[in-house]
Amino acid sequence: MAGKLRTEPGVDNPDDFYARLIDLHEGLSSEESHKINAKVILMLANHVGDTEVLYEVLEYVREKGTG
Amino acid sequence: MAKYGDTGSAKPTGRQARRTYEFVKPAEIDSGETTHFPVIIAGGGPIGLATAIDLSHHGVQSVVLEKHNSVSDGSRAICWAKRTLEILDRLGASERMVDKGVVWNQGWVYFGEETEPIYKFDLLSDKEQKFPAFINLQQFYAEEYLIDLFPSHPETEIRCQNEVVGVDNGEDKVTVTVKTPAGSYKTSCDYLVAADGHRSPIRNMLGLDFTGRVFEDNFLIADVRMKADFPAIRRFWFDPPFNPGQTSLIHKQADDVWRIDFQVGWDIDREEVMKKANVDAKIRAFLGSDLEFEYEWVSLYTFKCCRMKKFVHDRIIFAGDSAHLVSPFGARGANGGIQDVDNLVWKLDLVLKGVAPPRLLNSYDDERILAAEENVLNSSRSTDFMTPKSKVSLAFRNATLELAKDFEFARKFVNPGRLSTPSALDGSPLNTPDEDEFSDKQRPGLPCLDAPVSINGADDWFLNQLGNRFTGIYFSDNGTTPEKIKAVGSVQLPVDTLTVTKTKTGGDSIIDAKGLLHQHYDAQPGTYYLIRPDQHVSARWREFDRDKVSKALARATGR
Repeated sequence: MAGKLRTEPGVDNPDDFYARLIDLHEGLSSEESHKINAKVILMLANHVGDTEVLYEVLEYVREKGTG
Repeated sequence: MAKYGDTGSAKPTGRQARRTYEFVKPAEIDSGETTHFPVIIAGGGPIGLATAIDLSHHGVQSVVLEKHNSVSDGSRAICWAKRTLEILDRLGASERMVDKGVVWNQGWVYFGEETEPIYKFDLLSDKEQKFPAFINLQQFYAEEYLIDLFPSHPETEIRCQNEVVGVDNGEDKVTVTVKTPAGSYKTSCDYLVAADGHRSPIRNMLGLDFTGRVFEDNFLIADVRMKADFPAIRRFWFDPPFNPGQTSLIHKQADDVWRIDFQVGWDIDREEVMKKANVDAKIRAFLGSDLEFEYEWVSLYTFKCCRMKKFVHDRIIFAGDSAHLVSPFGARGANGGIQDVDNLVWKLDLVLKGVAPPRLLNSYDDERILAAEENVLNSSRSTDFMTPKSKVSLAFRNATLELAKDFEFARKFVNPGRLSTPSALDGSPLNTPDEDEFSDKQRPGLPCLDAPVSINGADDWFLNQLGNRFTGIYFSDNGTTPEKIKAVGSVQLPVDTLTVTKTKTGGDSIIDAKGLLHQHYDAQPGTYYLIRPDQHVSARWREFDRDKVSKALARATGR
């Protein structure tokens, strides 16, 4: 990807973060999970701010299909 | 639930005969006398056997009581990590293991129909080590090699078909009742090491806890014998066409035996899965329809991660699977157990000799519970990644794998098993925290990293210079060792001194010709490291100070 999006590893402890992310959904219904995932995306998008980066992500995930 | 499930109808046609050991009637049966040993070890697996050999290196007498008359059977440990090989090298067993075993340093991870791995990882981060990241070798070979050391270690013996059936954890000694084919007898010890496996009869006799998690999934594990030229690399698949929606793994062992794992899911007809035709079909779908192979072993496993709340119970100490059980993705079972031995034996020795107070043994709990938690955490997370518990976790898992094809960052989230690394023992009460500036790489608590060195013109390895006692490592600019540095320790608690220098100037100092020791240990002339008998760093300073070394030594021995 030739845009502005950083794709090199950036999370300092990937296993810890991944476990927290999965734990977040413990005991939630599918609807609840969708909603908190949406909140996470919106908050991180706001943190990133740069729409060039955000649109790059959106284009990538849409192009790659929903597999 | 059995860890060693039955082989179903896929009979082990290629099974190699295991070595057996003769039953010798213990003298206690006729004499009726209750003999006494400093240490009795229950269980003749790799952990119990290594404990006995290590104790004898310290001159401590012990006896291993083993229920069976042969080495282990079934799909047991195969992956022996670098740190384990370093520990077993101190005991004299590693050379044969490496000669016989299959050396590997890399793991490859595949996803879906792609025939190329989505990524590869290298487990040997520091090069120029005596031992590779891993060797694969069937557990029974490791046991044979350890048992072969017994005749040259007169302080210990192994008694086969001697089963511990009773235990009395007394205030000043432990008395065990032992059942044999020729009758029962009693014997006692100062300390009993219970290395009697994950079902630990001793743990049950004492009514002690063993709690954790069961993973709702089944894994079909086949050890097959075949001639194949697949690479000696740990190859792992997520959602391959030959096992859709599940994971698989293939890994080479000695004697042309290959370990093959198939995740098969939770709601299955166990008998159906284990039918020979079905196992055959799975293996052929994976490796080719014209493949010729024989079964060494086939079993169906459900994995659990459990541990005891504490491992030291007065005079009874648990080590290996009896104390902690992990799922196998990460090779953290036997490797964790051998580190238990490494940690425990020097402490037992000092306590038995009266040099250290019995409370030193509590640090075995502190340090090895920390390590067990790390092992349980890592192996649980790997199993969770392979067996997502909910729709949303499955979505995250598959999203991670898809992203991993394109992006390096996502590969860090993929978890096909985080392979055993030695525990850092951060925060152990035995460590003396740094007061001088040093890099983190060899901070107190970490095991010493190896490096090539030369001594009197001959090539050697650094770790082979460390014995079974405390050692002071003095980095010198000219190869000489000031007298005051040699004069630490005492008759009861000797400290060996090793001098490391970059260039040869005479004497028998260790020459760090490539400068790797200086680099790993962030050493300058005058730097002094105090190393424990298990090769973990106890303390370090930029400048030697006798009082500080004495204090660190006292701290490292529970005084």
